[in-house]
Amino acid sequence: MSKNLRIINSKYIDQTSRISFKFDGKTLYGFKGDTLASALLANDIHLVGRSFKYHRPRGIMACGPEEPNAIVQVGSDASMTEPNTRATEIELYEGLEASSQNCWPSVNFDIGAVNNFFSPLIPAAFYYKTFMWPANFWKLYEYFIRKSAGLGKSPTEPDKDIYDHRYLHCDVLVVGGGISGIIAAKTAAKNNFNTLLIDDKNILGGTTLFQKNECFKINNSYSNEWLKKEIENLKSLKNLTIKTRTSLAAYHSYNYLLARENLTDHLDLNEKKDKIRQRLWKIRAKKVIIATGAMERPLIFNNNDRPGIMLSSSIKKYIDYYGVKCGQQISLFTNNDSAYETAISLSNSGVSVNSVIDIRDKSNSLIVKQAEKLGIKIHWKHTVVNTNGYKKINSIEIMKLSDDGTTVVGKKMKEGCDCLGISGGWTPRVHLFTQSGGKLKFRDNDNVFLPDKSELDQISIGSCNGDFELDEVTKNSVNLINKFLKVNNNDYENLEIISSKEIDKKNIWLLPSDKPLGKTKPFLDFQNDSTANDVKLALREGFKSIEHVKRYTTTGMATDQGKLSNMHALGIIAETAGVKMGELGTTTFRPPYTPLTFGAIVGRNVGEFFDITRKTPIHDWHAKHNAEFENVGQWKRAWYYPIGNENMHEAVQRESKAARDSAGILDASTLGKIDIQGSDASEFLNRVYTNAWSKLEIGKCRYGLMLNEDGMVYDDGVTTRISENHYLMTTTTGGAANVLGKLEDYLQTEWPELDVYLTSVTDHYATVSICGPNSKKILSKVIPDLNLSDKEFPHMSFKNALIDNIKCRVMRISFTGEHSYEINIQSSYGKSLWEKCFEAGKEFNITPYGTETMHLLRAEKGFIIAGQDTDGTMTPVDLQMDWIISKKKYDFIGKRSLYRSDTIRDDRKQLVGLLTDDPKEVLEEGAQIVLETKKQPIEMLGHVTSSYFSPNLNKSIALAVVKNGKKLKGQKMFVPMKNKTINVTITDTVFLDKENKRLNA
Amino acid sequence: MFLINCPYCGERDQSEFSAGGEAHIVRPKQPTELSDDEWAEFLFMRKNIKGIQFERWNHAHGCRKWFNVIRDTSNDKIHAVYKMGEEPPIK
Ligand SMILES: [Zn+2]
Repeated sequence: MSKNLRIINSKYIDQTSRISFKFDGKTLYGFKGDTLASALLANDIHLVGRSFKYHRPRGIMACGPEEPNAIVQVGSDASMTEPNTRATEIELYEGLEASSQNCWPSVNFDIGAVNNFFSPLIPAAFYYKTFMWPANFWKLYEYFIRKSAGLGKSPTEPDKDIYDHRYLHCDVLVVGGGISGIIAAKTAAKNNFNTLLIDDKNILGGTTLFQKNECFKINNSYSNEWLKKEIENLKSLKNLTIKTRTSLAAYHSYNYLLARENLTDHLDLNEKKDKIRQRLWKIRAKKVIIATGAMERPLIFNNNDRPGIMLSSSIKKYIDYYGVKCGQQISLFTNNDSAYETAISLSNSGVSVNSVIDIRDKSNSLIVKQAEKLGIKIHWKHTVVNTNGYKKINSIEIMKLSDDGTTVVGKKMKEGCDCLGISGGWTPRVHLFTQSGGKLKFRDNDNVFLPDKSELDQISIGSCNGDFELDEVTKNSVNLINKFLKVNNNDYENLEIISSKEIDKKNIWLLPSDKPLGKTKPFLDFQNDSTANDVKLALREGFKSIEHVKRYTTTGMATDQGKLSNMHALGIIAETAGVKMGELGTTTFRPPYTPLTFGAIVGRNVGEFFDITRKTPIHDWHAKHNAEFENVGQWKRAWYYPIGNENMHEAVQRESKAARDSAGILDASTLGKIDIQGSDASEFLNRVYTNAWSKLEIGKCRYGLMLNEDGMVYDDGVTTRISENHYLMTTTTGGAANVLGKLEDYLQTEWPELDVYLTSVTDHYATVSICGPNSKKILSKVIPDLNLSDKEFPHMSFKNALIDNIKCRVMRISFTGEHSYEINIQSSYGKSLWEKCFEAGKEFNITPYGTETMHLLRAEKGFIIAGQDTDGTMTPVDLQMDWIISKKKYDFIGKRSLYRSDTIRDDRKQLVGLLTDDPKEVLEEGAQIVLETKKQPIEMLGHVTSSYFSPNLNKSIALAVVKNGKKLKGQKMFVPMKNKTINVTITDTVFLDKENKRLNA
Repeated sequence: MFLINCPYCGERDQSEFSAGGEAHIVRPKQPTELSDDEWAEFLFMRKNIKGIQFERWNHAHGCRKWFNVIRDTSNDKIHAVYKMGEEPPIK
C-alpha cells in the first residue's frame, strides 16, 4: 500500500504543498491540484466501492464526470455530508473526509458480495420479478435491498451552506474550454461579441493541455505548449468572461441554460466558512457554442469491471497531468489509436507497458509507428477473454480473434499486470445538444451519434461534433465558428498542424470469450451492474424499444445516466435485433448533466425566504396578544387568541360566546378588495355575479356569488356601491388574485367594449370588523357623529366617515349573523383604528377573535366558505342558494351551465346541515356519510365539509354535502369512523337565529 | 423557459407570464339559445395540437395584458405574437 506512485513531471500538481485527507477513516496525503481520485491512485488505492447488485469490488475507472464507480460520500457532519459525489471531480483540500458508498459493513469486507456467488440467479429485472409478489412482503425486501444497496446517506440536518442564484446575459456562450472552445471564445470576443466561456475543471485547456507528443503539433510547437500560450492571451480580451469550476447542468429552449459554479468546494475546511458554496447561473445566451468534447468508451469483455481496469485516456491524464502512475505494469486493450498515446506517455514517464492488445489487424498511423519505435509490444487481432484478481486485477488472458471477430481461436496467453487500460473509441458528448431539443444523426464508420438539426441558435464544434483528430478539430471548428458568428476575422485560419491520422477502424460491441456467453460477466453499466447478457435476455423476453430495455435492465439509469454504457447497450441491441443503430435511436439524456445539489437548486429561497409572507397592518398587535397564526395562502392570519393555558378548543369556545353575548373584533384586512370603476361597472357586475346589480342603490351593499363558466361556485363576497360608477368588491382571502385575473380576462378578451377599470386595493386598506349586540355602542364611541340608527344606517349599507380626521368607509355587513360593522381605513392607520376600537370596547368585554371563531360563527348561520363547503363541483342550486340566481338576467358567467343535463340532476350532492344524535359528538371534517352500514359495498353518499361544537347552541353542528340531500331533511344517516359509527340527522343549514333577528339587535 | 415578446412590454422571461389555453374561442353572445351539445363544445372542447397552436397568454407579472401567441408545441418556437382582437398574422 505504501508504494510511491508519484512521479515528478507535472506542472499542475504542487508537490511542495502536501494535503492530508481521510478516506474510509484512514489518513492519507496528496497535493494541491489533486482530485480525490488522483490522490487515492497515488496511494495505490483502486478499490473504492462495491457494485450495486452483485457487490463486486469496483475501482476508479475514469477521470471526469463519467466516472461510474468511484462514487463517494463526502463529509461526516450531519448537516454537510453529501452522497453520490464522484471522486474524479472532487478537488483535494486539507481536511477532506470521504468514504465509500454501497458497501456494508466495509469496502474490503462486504456482506452483499454473496450476491456475486449467486449471480446466475440474479438476471435482468431480478428485483422486479422476485419482489413484486407477494406485495405484502415488499416492506421486508425493501429493508434489505436498501441497506445492502447503500446508495449514500442523506444529511439529517439542514444544510448550513449558502447557495446563490444569478442571472447572466451574453451574446455568445461557449461551453467547454478545450482547444475548440478556446478557439471559439477568442474568435467571438475578438469580434466584439460579449462572450462567456465556462468549463467544469479548475483550469482551461481540456485534454490538449497535457498533450505533449511528436505526433500532435501546432505551428511547430507541441499542442499543449501552443494552447497554453493561447489561454494566456485570453486574459487580455475585455469582453470575455471566463468561469472555471462551472458545469453546465441544463440546456433549455430559447438558449436558456443553467450552470453550477463551484466556489468553495476546493477550499480548505477553514477557508470555506461564511462563503457562498455554489452559485447557479441562469444564463440567457443569444448564441451557444457547445464544445464539450468526447468521452472514451470502455470495451465490453468478460470480467471487465475489476479494480485496476481503467479507461486508457484516464491513465494518460493521471500520468501526464497529475503525475500519478495507475500501476507499475500496465497493459492496454484497444480498438483504436488513442491507447497508443497512453502507451507513449507511460513509456516516456518510465512506466513499463506490458503490451497493447489491439483487436484490429493493423494500423499504420504515425502514433502506432512511434509506439513501435519505443519498443512497445503489440498483439494485433487479439482480445482479452478474461481478467483475474478479486480486489485488484493481477493478470489478463489473451486470445486471437477469428477473422469475423465473433469467436476466439488458438492458444490462450496469460499476461500479469496491475492495471489494464481500455479504449473502445470515443463518444461525442452530445448530451447538452439533445437536452436542448436537437436531433442526432448516426455516423457508421466509427459508430457515433452526432448533432444534426437544432431549432436553436447554436452549434457544436470539436470532438462533441465528431471531429476527433487535431487537424480536423481546428480546421472544422474555425469554419463552423466563422459561419455561425458571420465573421471573417479569425486568428486560427492558417494553423500548421501535424496530427496522427487513424485510418484503420474496427469495432466489436461485445467481445467474444473462450467461455460461452452465459458463463461470462461482460459489464455494460458498471454503476447499475447490468451486463451484456442482461440486455440480450431482455431482447429474448420480447422487449424491443430501447426505452423499455433500459428500464427493464436498468442500464443507463444510475446516477451517471449511463454515460459510459449507453453506446454499447445500443450496439448490442442493434446487433441482436438485426437493426441499424441509426434507426434504433437513443434513450433520452435528461438534465442535469451531472447531479446538482438541492442547495444549488433552491439557492436563497430557504427558511423564511421560501415563500412570501403577507402580514396585515395589525399583525404586531395579534402577536403581542398571544395569537396563534394560521397560513391562508401567503397571509398570516390570527387563528385564535389563547389566554393562559387555554387550548384551541377552549379559546375558540370563549371567543365565539363573547362575540354573540357582547362584542367581538376581527382583523378582516386579508379579504381581497377590488376597486371597480367606469360607466359600465354595473353592467359588468351583472355579468360576473349570478344576481342583479343595476338597481343597487348608491351606498348599499350586496352579497354576490361568482361562478365559473361551468356553473360551479368560484368565489363570493360583498360588493358595495360607492357612487354611480364606482364599486368596491370583496373576495375571499385566498381567491383575491385569481378573481382579479379572471375578471381582467373577461374584460380584455370577451367584453372589451365595456368601460370598466379594475384595481387591486387589498393592501391599501386595513379592515376592522366589530360584531355582537354591543357593536353599535362601541362604534358610536369611535365615530360619535355618525348616525347609526337602523333607519339611517341599515344592514347592508355603507357610510363614509372620519375617524380623527382620517377618511374611512364603514360597511354594516355581517358574516356572523350578528349586528356588525366593517371599517376600512388606509393601511397605515389600521393598527391605531384597531386599538381605538379595542379601547372603546373594553367596557363591553370586546374580545378579539380569529379565523377559527369566524368559521364557527358563520357555520352556526349556515354561511358557506367558498373552497371549504364548495370544491369546484357545487352549483348555487346544490348549495340551496337558488335565491341568488337572477331569473331576469339574460346572461352571466356560468348561467348556461346551470341547466345542462348534468347540473339539473336531482341527485347531485347538495349542501345540508347535520346534527349528531349525541350533541357532544363532533364530526370530523371530511368524514364520509352513508345510509347503510350492513349491506356491502357501502355507497358513500357524501361527506362532512364543516364541523364545530357550537357554544351558543351547546351542541355539535356540521355542514355536509349529501347526494339528493335537499329531499332528505330529517333522514337518519351514519358517519362510520375507525372504531365507531356516529348517528346523524340531516337538517336545515341554518342552526341559529333563522329569522335573522340578531342582525338588528 | 421561453422568451415571450409581450406586444406591450417587449421580450420578457416566461416566468412573468401565465398561459391561458387555446385562443380564438369566442364566448357565445347568446348562450341561452345553445343546445347542451353546442354549449359543451364551447365549454370543454379544446384542441391539443402537436405543431402550430394558437394560444392566449397573460403578462401576469408585468402589464397584466392578455394577448395571443402562435407557438409550435413540438419545439416551443413562437412564430408570432399579436394583440387581442387582431387577426392572426399567419394562418
Ligand atoms: Zn407586458
